[in-house]
Amino acid sequence: MDSTIYQFIALDLPPLLAALFSAIACAILGSYLVLRRQSLLGDAISHSVLPGIVVAFLVTGSRSTIPIFIGAAVAGICSAFLIEVVRKFGNVDESAAMGVIFSTFFALGILTMEQAAARNVDLDPDCLLHGQLETIFWYPPNDWATFFSWSTLGSVPAEVYASAIAAFLVIGFVVVLWKELLISSFDPALCHALGFRSDLIHHTLMVLLACAVVASFKTVGSILVIALLVCPAATARLCTDRLGVHLILSVVFACVACSTGYITAAFGPQWLGYEQSVNVAGMIAVMSGVLLGGAACFAPRYGIVARRRTGRR
Amino acid sequence: MKLFSRTTPVSSLAGRPEHSPTSPLSVHAMTVAYHQRPVIWDVEYEAPAQALIAIVGPNGAGKSTFMKACLGIIPRATGLVEFWGKRFEEQRHRVGYVPQRESVDWDFPVSAIDVVCMGRYGMIGWFRRVSREHRSRAMECLEMVGLSDFAHRQINQLSGGQQQRVFLARALAQEASLYFMDEPFAGVDAATERSIVEILKQLKADGKTVIVVHHDLSTVADYFDNVVLLNTRIIAHGPVSSTFTNDNLRRTYGGRLTILEEVGESMASQR
Repeated sequence: MDSTIYQFIALDLPPLLAALFSAIACAILGSYLVLRRQSLLGDAISHSVLPGIVVAFLVTGSRSTIPIFIGAAVAGICSAFLIEVVRKFGNVDESAAMGVIFSTFFALGILTMEQAAARNVDLDPDCLLHGQLETIFWYPPNDWATFFSWSTLGSVPAEVYASAIAAFLVIGFVVVLWKELLISSFDPALCHALGFRSDLIHHTLMVLLACAVVASFKTVGSILVIALLVCPAATARLCTDRLGVHLILSVVFACVACSTGYITAAFGPQWLGYEQSVNVAGMIAVMSGVLLGGAACFAPRYGIVARRRTGRR
Repeated sequence: MKLFSRTTPVSSLAGRPEHSPTSPLSVHAMTVAYHQRPVIWDVEYEAPAQALIAIVGPNGAGKSTFMKACLGIIPRATGLVEFWGKRFEEQRHRVGYVPQRESVDWDFPVSAIDVVCMGRYGMIGWFRRVSREHRSRAMECLEMVGLSDFAHRQINQLSGGQQQRVFLARALAQEASLYFMDEPFAGVDAATERSIVEILKQLKADGKTVIVVHHDLSTVADYFDNVVLLNTRIIAHGPVSSTFTNDNLRRTYGGRLTILEEVGESMASQR
């Protein structure tokens, strides 16, 4: 096998795949959050799962996916419950309650993480907060004959599998519950009157959101997951008036942001003459922002240019 | 969740009457509270079959709340609601609902026909897709409200009146026997108002009952045959000719004489 190709497969392909799969999961769920006007909920969930992840790690001492996922899910459910409690008894609106709960949970996560670091536990705050795609690599067989065999699949990094499973779960959820999601997002009252449990749909959406967030921790980190949830969806919203197209476009935008972000972060600084590469997650978030800016200016109907031309405000 | 506990309404559930299986809607001792304050208080009502019924009352009288509580969209503190003598869960497919136009986000990326198809979801059930037959039936309903040319328009490119007619078409697609409509005439143009009235009359001719939250007191007598005067309690209900009187209106609206004078004038001009 050619050494540049091997280097690509070993060092660049696994992080890129992991980033793309979590981008797919986040973009689809993010589309529904944006359309349901619940974008802040994505922020809330992605921040409040942090203490669950840290505690799960401290208790089991392993970084394997299942205990971490359980910890994250418990923290997510607790925060959702507490948001309701604060909303009801604090007599404040939902966004204020979310603001209180997710910042508290996130702070709790940081505190436990610092304690863990003080006790020399191998838990890297950088990894949880900013994501470290760079740490995902793979030692595949070095010749094509053995490369295309089942045993190769076993050596693929777990992060790639985790994000792939999240992506397929989300796609399956949307395909199976297409019309239920549509009616509960568009008209919750009719949804209820027709006998579809909009609360059940909402809770499933939240659980999947927690799945996608946990799967994306390794790739973009807890802070920047919100960029993948909201930016591609908001960009797609400017470009189309069809729900199906909206979902596909947001996935496309998320994937474009991931791949261009990865490439510019890995190779951009070298092209400009700098020695070090920059953080991939940060670059992906910047790229999603750039895409949103581009769409705001040049989108076919809702862009600034198009509005100027048609004389609308 | 305890919404309302301090006092009990006058009539209790113990004295539950035998609801007739022919009445599309029977409400007994219904109280709805919001933040421990009653919005609907001890409502007793039996809707006649095959009738156009207006619910009339001042702002904040609980008209929308009455509908939503009947359909279980918001919880009731007390009370029993039956449809043809059975619980709502058993009669869901026979009850249609048109929410207020402002209650949904009209920027949502769906087309008019997609919205009308939602009326069929109850018949389709969980997990299954919208079949071609359901879609063509939805198209017929859109045709009935005169919007078949707009089927594939995104809903924010429709006028207020057209949006309201899309909602009406969606209700028609439900093929219900009893309809609840929350202010279908709010903010619509004269042409839309006429076409909605035509559809209401047609529904009645087909043997259906339609309960409408209505704001324009001057048209009550023209459009409806039955009226419910509501202000937290039911002040009066029955045929328009005997119930929709100045006296009852004054009791419903309290001291707001300007409205009453307007109505008086418009009624006088009709006679």
